[in-house]
Amino acid sequence: MSELDIGILALQGDVAENLMSTMEAMNELGIDGSVSQVKTPDQISAVDGLIIPGGESTMMGQLSITNGAMNSLKEKIESGIPVLGICAGMILLSKNSKDRVLGATKQPLLDVLDVEIERNSFGRQKDSFEAEVSLDAMDIPSFQGVFIRAPAVLRTGSGVETLGKFNEKIIAVKQGNILATSFHPELTRDVSLHKQFVKMVKDSKS
Amino acid sequence: MIPLSGDLAKAKGIKSENVESVDVTKGTSTLKRGFAHMLKNGVVMDVTTVEQAQIAEEAGAVSVMVLDKLPSDVRKAGGVARTASIRIIQDIMDHVTIPVMAKCRIGHVYEAKVLAEANVDMVDESEVLTPADENHHIWKWDFTTPFVNGARSLAEALRRIEEGAAMIRTKGEPGTGNVAEAVLHIKKVNDELRTIKSIYDSDDKQGLVSMAREFKVSLDLVEETAKLGRMPVVNFAAGGIATPADAAYLMSLGCDGIFVGSGIFKAEDAMERARAVVLATTFWEDADAVKEAQKMINEKQSILGLDVNNLELRMQERGGSS
Repeated sequence: MSELDIGILALQGDVAENLMSTMEAMNELGIDGSVSQVKTPDQISAVDGLIIPGGESTMMGQLSITNGAMNSLKEKIESGIPVLGICAGMILLSKNSKDRVLGATKQPLLDVLDVEIERNSFGRQKDSFEAEVSLDAMDIPSFQGVFIRAPAVLRTGSGVETLGKFNEKIIAVKQGNILATSFHPELTRDVSLHKQFVKMVKDSKS
Repeated sequence: MIPLSGDLAKAKGIKSENVESVDVTKGTSTLKRGFAHMLKNGVVMDVTTVEQAQIAEEAGAVSVMVLDKLPSDVRKAGGVARTASIRIIQDIMDHVTIPVMAKCRIGHVYEAKVLAEANVDMVDESEVLTPADENHHIWKWDFTTPFVNGARSLAEALRRIEEGAAMIRTKGEPGTGNVAEAVLHIKKVNDELRTIKSIYDSDDKQGLVSMAREFKVSLDLVEETAKLGRMPVVNFAAGGIATPADAAYLMSLGCDGIFVGSGIFKAEDAMERARAVVLATTFWEDADAVKEAQKMINEKQSILGLDVNNLELRMQERGGSS
């Protein structure tokens, strides 16, 4: 058994990139841990921490209902294991999500993060952008934010801490064991956010 | 982190602006290639109407590709195949939340500009449409919108990447419902990757130079690809995929995801089949799950399919030599 087992939800999206960033983060922290791809309820129930990667949130939501992953994800997160939701992952974690153009949709959500999300908040792919953001509450003063058809948080509930904003829109939040970002730390070489997440998982185990 | 091999740092498509004293950059390779990375392990479906796009989204497609006619109808109709109506593309963008792609003719810079202005998420410079320039593909670095291109070999793929493609797909033989050519193309790419990787591993610089000459691309790009041992951008399967088992087979050959053209909406069980192809693509490693997906479709309702050896038109050869 390794010290920590972190799972990347591997139904769809940029799974391998998160796997590499998490392994690199463990390396830099000198933590002996393992990172694996998880798809099934059994695999999900075995991990100490979970990353829901970037991809298409509608697709991931539907598929996780089909194979029963939705319920085990929800149970596992409510039991208190740390979870990092990135872009589509942030949408999936939310209680409420609407599309900037289409408005309310019927997409399945995990309903654990008390925020309202606006999907495609900054526009379509041509308006995807890179910009420096700061997450001072996470001890990350400067991070190159890669925003791809990114969502933003419109409203936060009482237990939710805003970690970062871009142009007046909330782009990173924390609620207890749940961490979520609009941008993609796994697409850059900087693993400082993944390191903070690995520390959260380590702290939750001790 | 994602590979940025062959990146052109000063491309015209990169736009910088200042939003409330913060520098914002659009159209970088990280953003264009990163967009394709978000589609991985997913299925992109060809559609011609809003209704088909909604069926695709509901079935779990990661994106839809808008065409005027499905590839098998392009084959039947003959004549010149052009980009789809902008009104239909925009109507589809107003009705689905997933990304919307559209095809332009090979080399047709202005069809591509029109699609970019219409705000599609990705442009497919496609051999399914009639080429507008037999000698040159579009110089895709000039665009902020990312492009996907077809390729039958690693050489073709690297030439497209050198022109700025952010994603590659096999060409296969579109509109045939016959997966054989897509299988041939991905296997060729895999063989060529193994070859250049072994040249790289044996520290044979001269060998890499020969490969760059043979491929007609820069040595740097060949060297970086050889080092990676895989295509430096996301590589999907396309051309002739008709069933869940087809999709799973191509995933098993190392493709990052699947494009389905005529296979779904020329079948008589489109809704079920769309869902089944998505399931088989996600769970391709589990043969039992693929069987369950295959059970959702009825072979009597599959697209009839064509023998690829007796075709009047081989779309895959379009733009192949340049």
